[in-house]
Amino acid sequence: MTPNPPAAALEPSRAYLPKKRHAKRPNWLIAIVLIVVIVAIVLPFYWMVAASLKSRADVLAFPPVFFFAPTVEHYAKALLEAGVGKNVLNSLFVSVTTTLLALMIGTPAAYALARWEWAGKKDLWFWIISNRFMSPIVLALPFYLIANQLGMLNNLLTLVIIYLTFNIPLVVWLTMDQFRNIPREIDEAAVVDGATMFQVFTRIVLPLATPGVVVGAILSFIFSWNEMLFALILTRSEARTAPVAATSFMSGYDLPWGVIMATGTIIVLPVIIFATLVSRHLVRGLTLGAVK
Amino acid sequence: MWKTRDRNLFLAPAVLVLALVGVAPLLFAVNVSLRQFNIAKPSLGFEWNGFANYVSVFQDGYFWGALGLTVQFLLMTIPLQFALGLGIALLLHHQDWPLLRALARVALVIPLATTPAVVGLIGRLGFDSDFGLANWVVTLFGGAKIAWLGDPNLALFAVAFMETWQWTPFFALVMLASLSAVPQDAFEAATLETDRRWLLFRYVEWPYLLPGLTAVLILRTADVMKLFDSVYVMTRGGPGSATELVSLYTQRIGFRVFDQGIAAAMALLSLIVTILLARAYIRIFYREATA
Repeated sequence: MTPNPPAAALEPSRAYLPKKRHAKRPNWLIAIVLIVVIVAIVLPFYWMVAASLKSRADVLAFPPVFFFAPTVEHYAKALLEAGVGKNVLNSLFVSVTTTLLALMIGTPAAYALARWEWAGKKDLWFWIISNRFMSPIVLALPFYLIANQLGMLNNLLTLVIIYLTFNIPLVVWLTMDQFRNIPREIDEAAVVDGATMFQVFTRIVLPLATPGVVVGAILSFIFSWNEMLFALILTRSEARTAPVAATSFMSGYDLPWGVIMATGTIIVLPVIIFATLVSRHLVRGLTLGAVK
Repeated sequence: MWKTRDRNLFLAPAVLVLALVGVAPLLFAVNVSLRQFNIAKPSLGFEWNGFANYVSVFQDGYFWGALGLTVQFLLMTIPLQFALGLGIALLLHHQDWPLLRALARVALVIPLATTPAVVGLIGRLGFDSDFGLANWVVTLFGGAKIAWLGDPNLALFAVAFMETWQWTPFFALVMLASLSAVPQDAFEAATLETDRRWLLFRYVEWPYLLPGLTAVLILRTADVMKLFDSVYVMTRGGPGSATELVSLYTQRIGFRVFDQGIAAAMALLSLIVTILLARAYIRIFYREATA
């Protein structure tokens, strides 16, 4: 990347301050590459938002139009006529409920895994995490048959329950690290003062672990919000979630691109805001804590 | 004070729920996979048929085709995502242009957070043969409009393109995190020895990159094994079966042909692959945690 004169290593001032040579003269090549990278990342997203704000003629124009008079008609159509508002509420209900349940169920297990040592711990560990690797199609088949038998197809609670399969492992793995960083002496001191283990957990350890819990909650919300395969198979009209609704416009030849992209934008925008809030922890969440 | 009874109480809800929603359906799937189970043809009955479903899966050319396509897709996307991700990580680890670097870091979150189904929608729009952005680029270079999603090879390329757009930031962020873990004094000590960027990378930074990279490789492989949403939205597996990855094929057999016995057998076979991957992942990354 940089030219190296063979004598460079012998030159003390440069050797001790290797970074200086970049700082002296701004490297324009790097700036240009950075800009190209940013444009390449943002363009597809921008193109969706732009299409949602374009008139029908502008969406279908070729060569594509980069500057246009924006209109919100597609948003009005999506929310008022196509019933996307209801789908978004469905998604919201499912994602919030499954996240709360995953926290209630997952954090105590994480606490147990962080504090106790026993022989079968490793196996339990493996089993909990392996749920993250489970292919949704494996669960979708039996869930479809069971839900059909129980008359629970087209029911949001079915999605809430099935999403626990990936949200509980996520919460367990993210909060466990946090619990481990809280000195056990704090728990022990509280017990000496007469607290039960349950009180130690809910009143002392859990509040101290709030950052981990919040990250777990946000990521669990995002994964549930984004999920489509289960929702596609297990719900029909009434209980459709937003991603399924967005894709349901994709039939026939004359696609309502404005409405499709308005729906897409409505779905994606809140997720991007949430993800930006936890961007520092995104990697930890995606790798189940293996990369800090 | 660390009583076993308390531990069990803390663990019980998670274990019960995961057994109920994770294990029970799995056993159910095993049961279904060992039966004649076509819900579109109930007249055939739902009798045990031993391993007949598995045998027909093994003899099914389309299943092997879908599996081969999934492997091909992995080989197309992962090295590309790795190379681009590493490039971006090194770029962002650089000292200059703090504002641009900060902007790029924020931008990296966008593809990762985008709902995969919506990525598929964007792909449909971008690769549209009449007014897509891809064809605009083609015509800029003097080419004629291309029916991207109508051609088997190009459709696979288009799907791989969107997948690369979505997941390159994952590689980039993980490697960026690893690069910032390289101790500054170790790096500076090495610059006394050599001025060659490649040697510094190979012997100082690379060892720090390796664990994160392994994590991403295993997770991405598992994710591609279950990749569904974006491809389904973009191509429905077509044209023909040109982009029908293993999970799309399983979904089609299970929910459009409705032969759930065969689909369950296929799903369980792909589950074996992911379990092997999960084992490898845990072996590598949680050794000290579980010791």
